[in-house]
Parts: sequence; structure tokens; C-alpha cells
Amino acid sequence: MVEVLTRTGPLDGRSFAASGVRLSPAEPAARLSLRAGGDAVKALSKALALSLPLRPKSTSASGNLAALWLGPDEWLLIDEDGNDLMAACAAITAVHSAVDISHRNVAIDVTGPNVEDVLAAGCPQDLSLRAFPVGAASRTIFGKAEVVLWRRSEQHFRVECWRSFADYVFGLLEAAARDPG
Amino acid sequence: MLLIRCPYCEETLPEAEFTYAGEAHIIRPERPSDQTDEQWEEYLFIRTNVKGAHYERWRHMHGCGRFFNAVRDTVSDRFLTTYKAGAPRPDLSTLTESQK
Ligand SMILES: [Zn+2]
Repeated sequence: MVEVLTRTGPLDGRSFAASGVRLSPAEPAARLSLRAGGDAVKALSKALALSLPLRPKSTSASGNLAALWLGPDEWLLIDEDGNDLMAACAAITAVHSAVDISHRNVAIDVTGPNVEDVLAAGCPQDLSLRAFPVGAASRTIFGKAEVVLWRRSEQHFRVECWRSFADYVFGLLEAAARDPG
Repeated sequence: MLLIRCPYCEETLPEAEFTYAGEAHIIRPERPSDQTDEQWEEYLFIRTNVKGAHYERWRHMHGCGRFFNAVRDTVSDRFLTTYKAGAPRPDLSTLTESQK
């Protein structure tokens, strides 16, 4: 009889390093897909104790909780401390939709001086520091998978993808990291 | 790859993030049951199919998710402008003028 259930991640044990870039699966985090109109933003910001960003491609953070602008009424919230974000939004009466997607997404930290080149192997956006500054985030594509890119420092992107795409995304990142050209 | 300006993201982004969604400014009849077969056929199937500036819908599918409208030259494949859904149809003369 099974006494303990162990959660397994799709990228458990995977990591890769090549010259100029390192790929490592991020720790599990709490995530929320949040949709809300302008009239609910203030109340939600207060409940979450961070200002939901209103500018395209922008993010805001408070401690280990971050909000990524995905669209005019859509945010991806990531809490690396794993706090219950659903509970934080539960008391808000203004119309909004909050869906816990903590287990839908996984993230890969891509770090190193070659981070832009490796991501550019699958992403057609301009990832230069000028077009994609530190703190910027964008939903886009990587190869055949939809991803959210979040630039956390000059040489560190967090790549969020759906769990079922994780093996593909990691594999394509690895292939790109291996290719010196 | 085409570069398309999303009026919601306020940025010009690669075509691969977008999907085409047919001709723009086609209004669904409020009472379909009042339509004759010919009117309904017109609404469903008949399109302008212009050679030149075409008003069309696009969706920023793998980005902000929004539908918006564009004017694209079907000969050169060049985008003359993009604008938010619900905004009025831009005047063609001013658009082509600004491209010269
Ligand atoms: Zn957009």
C-alpha cells in the first residue's frame, strides 16, 4: 500500500549547462491566471498587496510575488513562496476571474551571457535589452509552444510554459544551447 | 515574416504570434430569422476580395489575446495601419497619403 504520494514534476532531474548558458527547472510556485476589468484592479491590487501593472509588457513585484501583464485585462501571478493566491482574491466582490494554475505551468530558468541567443532560436521577438528590458514580460511563442518570457535580470529569463509542453521546451532550449552557431 | 503592430500591446511584433480572422466590419444581422436567404448568404459568404487596401481582423493569439483590425494591401502584403476593435474604419485616403 502506498503510504506517501510524491508529486513529480515533468522536468525533475533535468538540467543543462553549456558555455554561456545554463538551463534549470524552477522550483514549484503558486500561480494565478487573473482576468479583471479596470474597475476591479484597485481592489485586487489591495488584496494581493501589489499594484497590478497596467502597461503592456510590464511587471510588478512585492517580495516573492510578481504580477506579469499579459493583456489589457489579464495577468499571470507567480508567488515563489507558494502562498494561497485564490484565498487572497476570494473576498473581492468586483467582477473578476481568478484561476489557480500552479500545476498547469512549469518554469525554466535560462541564465548566462548567451541567454538572448538561446531563446532567439525559438522565439521571434526582439530580445535585446533595448526591446526587452529587465523586468519586462511577454506572452509569445518558443518553437511550437506558447510561453511567457520574463526577464529577471540582464542574463536571466524565466520561461513559463504549460506542463505538457515542458519536455519539448526544455529539449529545444537544450538543442539551442548546444549549438555554438 | 511580417511584422504587425498590436494596438493593445503598442508594439510591432512577429506575425507568428498572430492569426488572421477574416474581413473586418462585417456586422451580424440583429434578427437572423428576418433575413432572406439572399441576405443571409450575403452576410455569411460574400466578401469584398479587394485587390489593394483590405480591412481585416487579426488576433494577437499568442500575445495579449485581443482581436483588432488592420488595413493591409493585398498586393504588397504591407500593413497600412492597425486599430482597436470597435474603432471606426480609418479613411483610406489619409492612409495611402501617409505612406507616400
Ligand atoms: Zn497584443
